[in-house]
Amino acid sequence: MELKTKIFAEDNKQEIVITREFDLPVDLLFKAHTKPEIVEQWMGTKVLKLDSKKHGSYRFVTTDPKGNQHGFNGTIHEFVPDQKITRTFEMENTAFPVQLEFLEFEKITDDTSKLTMHIIYKSVADRDNMLKLPFAQGINMAHNRLQDVFNKLK
Amino acid sequence: MVASQSMSAGAIASNFDTARPTVSKHLHILTECKLLRQEQNGREIYYHINAKKMKEVADFIEPFRKIWDDRFNILESVMKTYKSKK
Repeated sequence: MELKTKIFAEDNKQEIVITREFDLPVDLLFKAHTKPEIVEQWMGTKVLKLDSKKHGSYRFVTTDPKGNQHGFNGTIHEFVPDQKITRTFEMENTAFPVQLEFLEFEKITDDTSKLTMHIIYKSVADRDNMLKLPFAQGINMAHNRLQDVFNKLK
Repeated sequence: MVASQSMSAGAIASNFDTARPTVSKHLHILTECKLLRQEQNGREIYYHINAKKMKEVADFIEPFRKIWDDRFNILESVMKTYKSKK
């Protein structure tokens, strides 16, 4: 089966490209990125601020399963409805430097569309660490899960 | 061990200084995660490695991709509902 979401991450480059085709008209795909109440649903975050316009800014807060809060923020540099959003993205209180994101929205047919996210990191190492983050978390979760299973077996 | 040949639970357990039921539990979990495959051979169950799954797990970009894929799947269903409500 072909994967719907694709990641292109070449070795020794400080960028990645994420692509995804949607069974949605391009205006709905765009709207999903601009309306706070919709962003909250699919990003699984609380939107404190989302000023969807050129020179606007945003701030999200996500609560992890342990109850810790993580803030994210950025500034919107380009905003062209149904076409593109250029913005920065920063994870607060972490060692990760701010990253630059180019989002391109394309109409494929009247009912389908494509999103291309091009993300630029400060360095190759920063990119690799960011890519490894969910992997590390996943490993931790798997370990915790295994530990739970074993504890129950004891 | 199981990378080079398929082995029975007993043969695997004999390589460890661990009780047989404990080894069986480990094998059961690894099988559940699809990292091992079971094959019935007479009265014995043989285990062998699922190389494809192992590779998937080894691919560190996969969890990152999965996070975005899950988010986008939700986005798609949220917007389909949104569209039909309009």
